[in-house]
Amino acid sequence: MRLFLYQRELTPILITIGLFAYFTIRAGSTFTDSLSLSSAAGYAGPIGAIAVGEVLLLMLAEIDLSAGQVFLFAPWVEYWLHNLGVPLVLAILIALAVCCGVGAVNGLITVLLNVPSFVTTLAMNFILFGLVLIYSNQTQATPIPLSSSFGGPVSFSSQVMGVWMWSEIVWVAAITIVVTVLLTRTRFGVRIIATGGNLLGAAEAGVPVRRVKVWGFVICSFFSGLVGIVDAVKYGSLDPGNFGVDYILYAVGACVIGGTALTGGRGTVIGAFIGAILIGILEDGLTLIGVSTNDFYVWVGVVIIFAMALNAQFDRLIARSRAT
Amino acid sequence: MSDQSAEPMAPASASAGIALEVRGVTKRFGALVVLRGIDMTLRQGEVLGLVGDNGAGKSTLVKILSGFHSQDGGEVIVGGKRVDFHSVGDARAHGVETVYQDLALIPQLPVYLNLFLGHELTKLGPLRYLDKRGMRKLAREYLDDIRVHVPSVEAEAEQLSGGQRQAVAVARAVRAATKILLLDEPLAAMGARESRLIIDLVKDLAASGRVSIIVIDHNYAHLFELCDRINVMQGGRITIDQPVHETSLETLTELMVSSYRRQLDEVSNPGA
Repeated sequence: MRLFLYQRELTPILITIGLFAYFTIRAGSTFTDSLSLSSAAGYAGPIGAIAVGEVLLLMLAEIDLSAGQVFLFAPWVEYWLHNLGVPLVLAILIALAVCCGVGAVNGLITVLLNVPSFVTTLAMNFILFGLVLIYSNQTQATPIPLSSSFGGPVSFSSQVMGVWMWSEIVWVAAITIVVTVLLTRTRFGVRIIATGGNLLGAAEAGVPVRRVKVWGFVICSFFSGLVGIVDAVKYGSLDPGNFGVDYILYAVGACVIGGTALTGGRGTVIGAFIGAILIGILEDGLTLIGVSTNDFYVWVGVVIIFAMALNAQFDRLIARSRAT
Repeated sequence: MSDQSAEPMAPASASAGIALEVRGVTKRFGALVVLRGIDMTLRQGEVLGLVGDNGAGKSTLVKILSGFHSQDGGEVIVGGKRVDFHSVGDARAHGVETVYQDLALIPQLPVYLNLFLGHELTKLGPLRYLDKRGMRKLAREYLDDIRVHVPSVEAEAEQLSGGQRQAVAVARAVRAATKILLLDEPLAAMGARESRLIIDLVKDLAASGRVSIIVIDHNYAHLFELCDRINVMQGGRITIDQPVHETSLETLTELMVSSYRRQLDEVSNPGA
């Protein structure tokens, strides 16, 4: 029981294991083969990448609704730069810098102009979506020819950057570890918890709360853009019609399933990663056992409410154990 | 250790250093004038009590001295040098620490990280990797030393009682203060035993002579026990400045009432 109280990740882990077992029984090896599992990882990758950064913002009692659009925007920036003759590596680095810039603008507008981040990032989402439509002439494009479509041997770096079918989820796992260390082992992590947990108290104690918030937005945009570039190579096409809000809603869902509160001060990056895996397995498994996509949405909703209700009950139990 | 049977400490002589001087400090928030020219002197090693009604401007003054607000006019002088605090960090760099009445602890952080908030021990240089083990050890030793009891230094602040939280908040400031400690209602919402603990903590610190202290409180009994001198704030000014050993609760009350009368007269006959 104590384990449950202090390890919020246990709820989504148990649900994930349960789903995995259920789909294995129902669909057998069609579910457990690497094609099916990599497609589950394919669903989970983008959600996880965005969710990991989003946890930081939810812990700061803020939100970033533009992270999904940043995820889609980054490979376009890389593509445009490369078309202008910028070398590939440099194009990737500049695209990532642009993502950081987007995060910085989100953060600065939020803290300096006192615009709620919900509104700032909603606006940013539309701006980035519009920019992609304008500069792509609304036509699809092929991401930078890192991919093996030309028949030549696939270089290690292009494998890493998205060609290998597990590369995206490995990136997300690595980011999860990095951000977990940042959050639980460094002064910056303490500052995030302090800023989100008691804004006035943190400011009075000398925590630079505005700077911490801006950095939160920058980190979230950076990781979304990074995995966005990997994701584009993986799928081999850039579609200007993709809308980032679709990703954001799943990402926030993954955070909540993972045990992050929307009230600030509390969250787990590992939980968000597991939440993303859970959604990926759910989507892949339901498809395999022949359930329609429409049912998938119902199931995601049920799981989100179930996980949240369970966490709320744990909080009540904790409160009660303190009272006695 | 403070000896409670002893006479209140005599005010430091004029030749002894002056820790903090406030000259003609004013502050307004929009149309609301909160401070109308504050003059105040805090001597080295002294405990100064600040009383006054709600809205008299006590908390605003403390927030200016702690760098949270900046004043509109006047000067603040710390250790003989004029200072301009632009942030809480500025004030801290000058050795000024504050405990606020709105409880500065972070509910989701463990006691030891709350104790070190803003002064974390880190290693690996720019990575700012937390030295959790070091902080836990120091926190345990320090809290034992000043007899503040918490269930565990790893318990989250949320799990503590109101009094324990306040004790940790005061302990943090006492630990960090090098010159001046500002306490804004440190005994609010505390039980008798916990109040006793905080009073002893502050008295010990004052007896060490290392730090000069300003305490805001509504409880005159506490202030008379804790302070060397009491300043009364009324309507954005300091109207009364009395050493504790030369006054009593009765005298102070009389002075306050007559000062109110004077202010009322001024309001009703502005030309007089």
